[in-house]
This record gives sequence, structure tokens and C-alpha cells, in this order.
Amino acid sequence: MLRLIGRRLLTALPSIVGVIIVTFLLTRVLPGDPAAYFAGPAATPAAIAEVRTKLGLDRPLPEQFFSYVAGLARGDLGTSLTTGRPVMTELAARLPASAELTLAGLILSFMIAVPLGILAAIRQGSWIDHLCRVLATAGVSLPVFFTGLLLVYVFYYLTGIAPSPVGRIDVFYSPPPSVTGFYVIDALIARDFGALRAALSQLALPVATLAIFSLAPIARITRASMLGVLSSEFIRTARASGLRPTTVVITYAFRNALIPVVTTIGMVFSFLLGANVLVEKVFAWPGVGSFAIEALIASDFAPVQGFVLTMAILYILINLSIDLLYGVIDPRVRIEG
Amino acid sequence: MTDATQAASAHTSGLLAIWRHTRYVLGENPVTAFSFALFLFFLLCATIGPYVVPFDPLTTNTQSALQPPSLRHFFGTDHLGRDIFSRVVVAARLDLFIAIASVALVFAMGGVAGIAAGFFGGWTDKIVGRISDTIMAFPLFVLAMGIVAALGNTVTNIVIATAVINFPLYARLARSEANVRKEAGFVHAARLAGNSELRILFGHILPNIMPIMMVQISLTMGYAILNAAGLSFIGLGVRPPTPEWGIMVAEGASYIVSGEWWIALFPGLTLMLAVFCFNLLGDGLRDIVDPLRRT
Amino acid sequence: MSDLLDIRDLCVEFETRKGIVRAVEKIDISLKKGETLGIVGESGSGKSVTSYAAMRILDRAGRITSGSIVYSGIDLATAGEAEMRDLRGREMSMIFQNPRAALNPIRQIGRQIEDVLIQHVQATRAEARRRAIAALEQVRIANPEERYNAYPFQLSGGMCQRVVIALALACRPQLLIADEPTTGLDVTTQKAIMDLIVDLTREHGMSTILITHDLGLAAAYCDRVTVMEKGRVVECASSQDIFGSPQHAYTRKLMRATPRPGALLQDLLPEDSPPQSPANAQSTAARSDTPLLRIEGLIKEYPRMSAGGWLEKLRGSNPADEKPFRAVDDVSFDVGRGETVGLVGESGCGKSTTSMMIMRLLDPTQGRILFDGTDLALFPAKEFARNPLRRRIQMVFQDPTESLNPRYTAMRAIADPILQAADRPRRDAVRARCEELAGLVGLPLNLLDRLPHQLSGGQKARVGIARALALNPDLVVLDEPTAALDVSVQAVVLNLLQSLKERLGMSYLFVSHDLHVVRLLCDRVIVMRSGRIVEQGKCEDVLERPASAYTRELIDAIPKRPV
Repeated sequence: MLRLIGRRLLTALPSIVGVIIVTFLLTRVLPGDPAAYFAGPAATPAAIAEVRTKLGLDRPLPEQFFSYVAGLARGDLGTSLTTGRPVMTELAARLPASAELTLAGLILSFMIAVPLGILAAIRQGSWIDHLCRVLATAGVSLPVFFTGLLLVYVFYYLTGIAPSPVGRIDVFYSPPPSVTGFYVIDALIARDFGALRAALSQLALPVATLAIFSLAPIARITRASMLGVLSSEFIRTARASGLRPTTVVITYAFRNALIPVVTTIGMVFSFLLGANVLVEKVFAWPGVGSFAIEALIASDFAPVQGFVLTMAILYILINLSIDLLYGVIDPRVRIEG
Repeated sequence: MTDATQAASAHTSGLLAIWRHTRYVLGENPVTAFSFALFLFFLLCATIGPYVVPFDPLTTNTQSALQPPSLRHFFGTDHLGRDIFSRVVVAARLDLFIAIASVALVFAMGGVAGIAAGFFGGWTDKIVGRISDTIMAFPLFVLAMGIVAALGNTVTNIVIATAVINFPLYARLARSEANVRKEAGFVHAARLAGNSELRILFGHILPNIMPIMMVQISLTMGYAILNAAGLSFIGLGVRPPTPEWGIMVAEGASYIVSGEWWIALFPGLTLMLAVFCFNLLGDGLRDIVDPLRRT
Repeated sequence: MSDLLDIRDLCVEFETRKGIVRAVEKIDISLKKGETLGIVGESGSGKSVTSYAAMRILDRAGRITSGSIVYSGIDLATAGEAEMRDLRGREMSMIFQNPRAALNPIRQIGRQIEDVLIQHVQATRAEARRRAIAALEQVRIANPEERYNAYPFQLSGGMCQRVVIALALACRPQLLIADEPTTGLDVTTQKAIMDLIVDLTREHGMSTILITHDLGLAAAYCDRVTVMEKGRVVECASSQDIFGSPQHAYTRKLMRATPRPGALLQDLLPEDSPPQSPANAQSTAARSDTPLLRIEGLIKEYPRMSAGGWLEKLRGSNPADEKPFRAVDDVSFDVGRGETVGLVGESGCGKSTTSMMIMRLLDPTQGRILFDGTDLALFPAKEFARNPLRRRIQMVFQDPTESLNPRYTAMRAIADPILQAADRPRRDAVRARCEELAGLVGLPLNLLDRLPHQLSGGQKARVGIARALALNPDLVVLDEPTAALDVSVQAVVLNLLQSLKERLGMSYLFVSHDLHVVRLLCDRVIVMRSGRIVEQGKCEDVLERPASAYTRELIDAIPKRPV
């Protein structure tokens, strides 16, 4: 297993290198003057020239690349023009908010989609199967920002169940003392149930939006892979040996069906990290996504570049853990490596 | 009957068979028929929409701002008094253009690269695989954001960004499909018949991969529309006052909390319907182009 | 002795896209205690469906519409699902074709046996492990304690089948249904598995139903044989009787079509079929001093698959691992003009690799392929398509379905070599040639415009043969051309190949795993094992007086009918 972890870490290296090269190229090689980008729209020619020397843009490209990589190694992603603080600090401060949202959305959709997919597969052709198919097709068709707005209209404007869709916690509560950065967990640690309630009620709508969005691919793949496994020959053997239906479905079928489902989670994460940006804008969620959008509007490029790079590195790490999960489930991966 | 006419009649009977099969599939599956009809409707909006809409999509009229849907303004008016119905219809052209252009671009690039990678293997495969892996290492929407932000806020750049993030999907699919067929019996048989490698690739392998690529095209078309709308929603690419579904939802977003639901709802619904239509179409297309299901 | 299983008037139907299809039509089958019954039939005869119905494991689309299946007093056709679950695995068990797929790929094999034992309360959790190991021991698996932890992908096909048998017999059932248990396994493995099944069932006094397409196998191992055709039982009698004096015309046809010692090629065809040309294989072999094909020291090596890739290379791994794998190891033989040479061996022996190199679809690592005096090994496989010699060496493939482009009509498939070879071919000339070829291989002209999926297995085989003959080749490599076909179709195709050879004067290199079939068609035979030739010589000599122990083992493993 340790060997497997080591090998996976090594296979992630080329991806990380690729990501760094691409983010570098996005700013330096493309048409237009990168110094102008970094200096912002209102900069004078003198200011642009100053930025150029400051960023080393007058030096040869390989040299620029090395100083970029050296900066990354020190955790230097440049400075935001709008806030005047290092991009790294800004991102680190906002990352827990985004992570809390994404993870909660994924967990919720997993808890609904997987049982739904299993039931649809074992009761093929029943109402639950039709429901699963409708949800799967409708879910991938819904623009995530539109779902969010619909939920706001129904649950905030019409019925008033949900609080105002702004931020992570109601203005009347103070955030719990930061331990993990996740308000829900921090509130639990601090036993501040008022804050917990407030944080949860703020989370509800954006999490539901993300869950509706990511439900479709998970349910779809669970159903398809369960159907495939259920018609395979070893299930016939299991049935012919008189095993209990629950054993057949859970121990035999589902564990095998889980392999493609786990692979899909990687893809779902890719979608979720993108959808997160849109959801954060709809709900004014103070995460890295809204930070990037604000920077985009202000033509402040360093935060955008830092955001893209951070998301990519995070995503590579997620895929890495998914690969390891794969090894836990599938002995063929674990043993043959 | 001469051979030529016989061959010709065999040809027409082939076309006839395809038409009959299409009709059969549409008849058997009303959902597919519905999605075809919807697709034609969207195409119609995109082609003649701008000439038939009741109002100019760009003319502002502060007198009639924020009016709810009525017989005069089917979908109501926005904060500048523009007719939302007209704007939604006119926007079809731009949204469909972005989707079709980006899918055509990625089909040409990713499809060809993937088939070559799967068929020839070796360095071609390594290079295409490395490019795909690097793109896939990014969360795709985030990469699209980065590309448009760096290249500049234009429709062309949205098309390019959408094509780039879809590249791995096409390249990988085409690669694996070409790879499994590389050693298939009928490909060996084609070699024995004296077909050159290129001829095998384009004459034997490509036609067999087309059905699954068609399904992919249809599905990514929906994804491309969603992606473009998402970029516009956060202020990248298409700029106001150009009518585009994503921007229109963004413009309506701030009025949702005050109850003016129609500004965001109608463009959002249309957007959803278009994506839905392409997704359904994907499943329907597979049934039609797959000769194994033709009876 | 009373009947353990009694099937009466059983009908099974399937719901398909084309409406309801009757797979089994009012059949009666009975099985006594301790008896071994063979159910024999070609594909689509309903033999497997019958056994699935008895186990009540038909898939969703299928259902029993009428009749009864009485197992020691219980009617299985109407029994509840809970009752069936209790019977399955404890009273009646089943083993399947393709043993590797029949096991859960991600569960240790020992655990899979335990699951059955615990389900049927044959063992407590504490002693399940010991019982599972005992079950593995019983099927003669070496080191059962170690194998307990193995996953199916770590075991060979024969070993997997032993595990499936251990699983089926773990709870000591009364009835074992074996559905094509050895199809796809090598002939020596087949013998070992069948002997094991017979020994174990006899030891426990069990009844066995053996479902197979192979009359020879049924004859060798069963007390009684039931023959099925298109969902009906056409004959049921003791093995002695059914082989001594088959009553039904279909049984006779099936028996005739099965290759067997002493039979000639034309003996395989139904009695009333028109006589083939009298010449037999030997007389046509025109002896000539220069062979058409001479293979000298042919070698094909593959690099070992190292799991680590570049990382391992960096570290510098054990040099012994880097020695490449030799799929074909120094093979030399001749094929004379007008001669048919058989290339025989079990899976993985290198016979297919050898034929692919001769066909110039694969580059040899070393060695010469002299075709009519020219060394073909000098031309890279990738460029051989444009070589004028290409048209003189053609091939008929193993799987007729997979070797036809699904989007080409039969006509287009046959025409493909002609279109590639000719410069600006005339349309009517191509059509005329295709029709001529279709006539030659006995393919009705009205089928020429059909796509492969609209043709039967035999028809697709004919299209494949016509395509191979289109350019009048001198040498045709036949790569197991009948392996995917039913025996009666195989008989017809083999006869067709023989008469085509006589009319057109080609040479054949016939690649096969079936010694009986090889004997029918070939003048000489070459036996291969692990990439090397172990024996070659005239057919009669090799088959009747094998010089090597391996050839003898192969011949002994072929099921023998009762005498």
C-alpha cells in the first residue's frame, strides 16, 4: 500500500508541472502586455514600466519561469492590487468557506444519489427508476446559477423560510472561534448552538444548489454501473448459490459497482469546483470564487492566476486521494499496482 | 435493368432505410421526437428570430421598466424596459453559435488527435495523452475562466476556452474507440485486402467511431451552452447589452430578492430547455446512427 | 431408484423487442439419484434456459409459463423465492462457462466460499474458514490456506473453475448442474476438470446434469443423454443407445457432424446431402520440391510488462526480469504447394502469433519467411499492404462476426480486396466478381446487400472465405475458422474449404486447437507448445503414433465415446 501511495504521488508530479507551466503561460506568452494586466486598467505607462521591472517581465522567459517557480515554492502568488495583500493570504483566509460549501454539497448529493441509483437499478422499470432517469437528465441540464436563484426566490422571497442569501452567517451572530475554519464544525466545538443554527441555515440553500447539480452524474453512473454488475456472471453464481438478496446487492454487486462511481467523483469534483464559483456569486459567499470574480471585474490578474493555480493543485490532490481510494476497493489495483 | 440503375436503386433504398429507421425511432420514442422538434425550434429562433421579434432587443425604455409578463410583453421587461421575450429569442443565435462553433472546433481537433493517438500509438499517443492529462488536471470551468481572463473578453475566446476544456473528452473517447478497433478482425482483414494504414483509419475505423462521437457532440453541445452562459454570468466573454441567456440571468439575479422573478426566470428556463434538448438528442441520435439497432 | 428431478411440460418464454419468444417448448426431462445426464444441443436449442429455469435464475425478461419442475417432491416452478433461496447452493448447485467471470473479482475466493457456507448455516463464522479451506482442498487445489486469500485474477482459468466447483459443492448438494463447464478451456484442462467433477459427484452420490454442445464430451461422461433442438427434446436415451443407434434425424445429423476418429470429411455432412468430389485430402497434395512457404528460425519476442515503468528503470531492476518473453521460439517448417498443414496447440502456445507473422500483420524479431523464394520478413508489416505479394497470401479469421466491418454490406466486404488491388475497377466487373465468389462459397446472391448483423454465423463465415479468395491467393491461413460455429455449420464450412482447395489449388495453413478437425483437413500437422514445435509429421503418424509425450497427452485428453 505504501508503495502504491509513493507511486501515485510520483504520477501526480507531471500533472503539477503541467499545471504550473500552463498558469505561467496564460499570463506571459499570450498576446497583450502582461505588465499592463498586472498593473490594472488605470495604470499610467510609468506605473506599467515599474510593474514590468518589479515582476521581472523584462528578463528572458526561462528566467521568468524560474523566478515564478521559486516564488511558488515560497508560497508567493503575487499581490492583489485591489486589497494590497498577498494573494496567498487572501486565498488561505477564504478557502475554508469554499471547502465547507463544496464538501457539504458533495456529501449531501452522495447520500441521495447513491441509494437512488442502487434502487433504480434493482427495480429497473419501476417509478423510482423513472424518477432517477428524469433527475439525471434534468439535473445535468440545470444551470447551477439558475437553480440557486430559483431556490432563493422560493425559499427566501416567497416563503421566507431561508435567511437572506448573503454570506456564511447571519449578521446578528458572530462566527465561532476558528479551529477548522468550517463554521459548522467550529460551532460544534465551541458548543455555540445559536451560531450552529445560523451557519446551517445560511448553508442550506447553496448546499442544496450544489447537491442538485452534482446529483445527476452520481445517480446516473451508480445506476448504470449497478445494472452492468447485476447482469454479470458472478452475480448469477451468487444467486445460484442461494445468497441472500441483501448480500448479493451490497457485498457482491455494490462493491464492484463502486469502482466506476469513485472514478466519477473525480469528474464531479471538477464540476463542483467550477460550480462553486457561480454559487458563491449567487449567494455572496465569501469564498475563493467570489474573490476571483471580484478580481476579474477589477482586471486584477494576480489573484485570478493564483486562484486558478490553487484550484488546480487542490484538484490534483483530490484525484490523488481518489486514486488511493480505488486501491482500497479494488484488489487488482492494489496488488498489481 | 442495367448495373448502374441497380446500384442507384440500392443507394436510394439505403437512404430510404435510414429514413424509415429514423421514423421508427422517433415513433417508438416520443421523447426523442420531442427533442428533435425542440432542436428545430431553437434553430428557427436562431435563424429568423431577429427579424420577427416584436421589439428591438437593445432599445431601452425607462417608462416601461420592470413590468411583469403581459400580453404586450410576454416575458415582461427588465430594469431598462427592454422586452425580455425579444431578447431571449434573439439570444438563441449567439448561444447556439458559441456551442456549435466550439463543438466543431473540438471535434476537429480532439477527434483527429484522439483517433491518431489510438491508432498509431507511440509518440503521438504520448503527446496527446500528456496534453489531455494537463487540461484534465484543472477543474474545467476554472480553466475556462483563466483562459478567457488571460486572452480577453470576447466571444471568440469563449469559443476557444470551451473547445479547450472539452478537448480531453473527445481525444480520450476517440483514442479508446480507435484503440480497441486497431486489432479488430475486420481491420486485419482490411490490411490483408491491401488497404493502406490511412485508408484503414478513415475508411474502416472512423465510420465505426462516428456514432459514439455523434452522441458525444450532442452531449457536449449542452455542456458548451452551460459553460458559455456560466462565463457570461460572472462577467466574462459576452458583454451587456448584448442579449445572451447567461448575462440576462445575471442581470435578473439582483431583482430576485425583491420579487421581480421574470427577468431571470425566462432566460434561465430557455437556457435549461436548450441544454435539456441536446442531452435528450444525444440518446436519440445513438439509436439512429447505430446500425446494430437497425432492424 | 426414484427420480430426483422431474421436469414435465416445461415452457419458458422471453420478452424481446420483437415480441414474445418461446425458448423452451413443452419439454420432459427426468433425472435419477446418482445419475449423470447430458443435455446436448447447438446454440439456441434451449439447453441452458432449461437449467436456469430449474434453478429459477432466469433473467428479468424470461419466465416459466407452464409445466412443473419437481425436485424431491417440491415444485420449483411455483416455489416461493425464499424457499428457492434455501434450495440453491444447499440442495442444488450450478457451475458455469467462463469460470473467471463467475467469481466476484474483488472478493477473496475463500471468503466467497464462506459466504455460501454461512448463508446455508453449514458453518459458524468461527469454523467457516476451516471449512472453506477444506472445500478448496477437496477440488485438489495445492496450498489451500494460501489460495484462500487469492483473488480470481491471480488464478488461471482451470484453477478458477476448480474454485467454482468448490463453491458449488461446499454445502454437499444433491444435484449439480454444469453448464458448459469446460468450454473455452484447453483440452488437457478440460479433461482434468471433467474427471474432477465425475470423481466428486460419484464420491458424494450426487446427480449431475451436464449441459454441452459437445456430443463427444457428453458421450464420455454421461449415463444418459437428452438431445435438444430449437427448444424441444428430440431424443433421450442411454449414452450407449444414442451413439449406437440414434433414432431421431437431428441426433444423427449432429452425430455425423461431430469430428471423430475414422471419419472422413464428407462423412460429416447429413446423409442426404449431394456427394462431394471423391478426391480426398491426400491425393490432391501435389508434391513439389520447392515449398510454397518456408519458415526458418522464426522468433517473436515481447518485452516483459514491468508494472513500475520508468521508475523501475531508473532504479535499475533485476536483469533477469528484463529478458524478453518469447512467444514464438525458433520455429521452422514448410508448406508445400497444394498442401494443407495444421498448426495445433493449446492457448498461448504461439500458433496465432506465428500465423500473424506469416500473414505479415506482425513483424518477427528474427527469422525468415520465404514465400515462393522471397523473404517476406524483409518487408515491414506496415508497408506490406502495398506489396504485390500481398494478394497471394490471405486469411480466414477465427470470429466471423468480429472480422467483418459492421458498416459494410457482404458485397462491400468481399469487394474490398478487389477495389484496393485494381486500378480504377469497373463497377459492373466488381459486382460480377463478387457474385462469382458468392456462388463459389455458396452464399445466396440476395444476401449480398445485407449488413453482417443480418447474417447467420455460417453465412458470415462464407463472406469471410469469399473475401479471402477474392484475389486468387496461393496461400490461405485459416485461423480457427470454425471455432465460433455450431458443429453442423462447422461440418459444412470444413467441406466447403476442402472443395475450394481442390478446385482452386491453393495451400492452407490451418491453425486450430482441435486435433480431430485438423486430421480431417490436413496432410501434415505441426504441434506447438510454449512457442516451440514439439512434433511435426504426416497427420496419421502424429495422431496414431505420437512421438512426443505432449502430443500423446493432447490426444488422450480428447473425450472418448463409450465403446
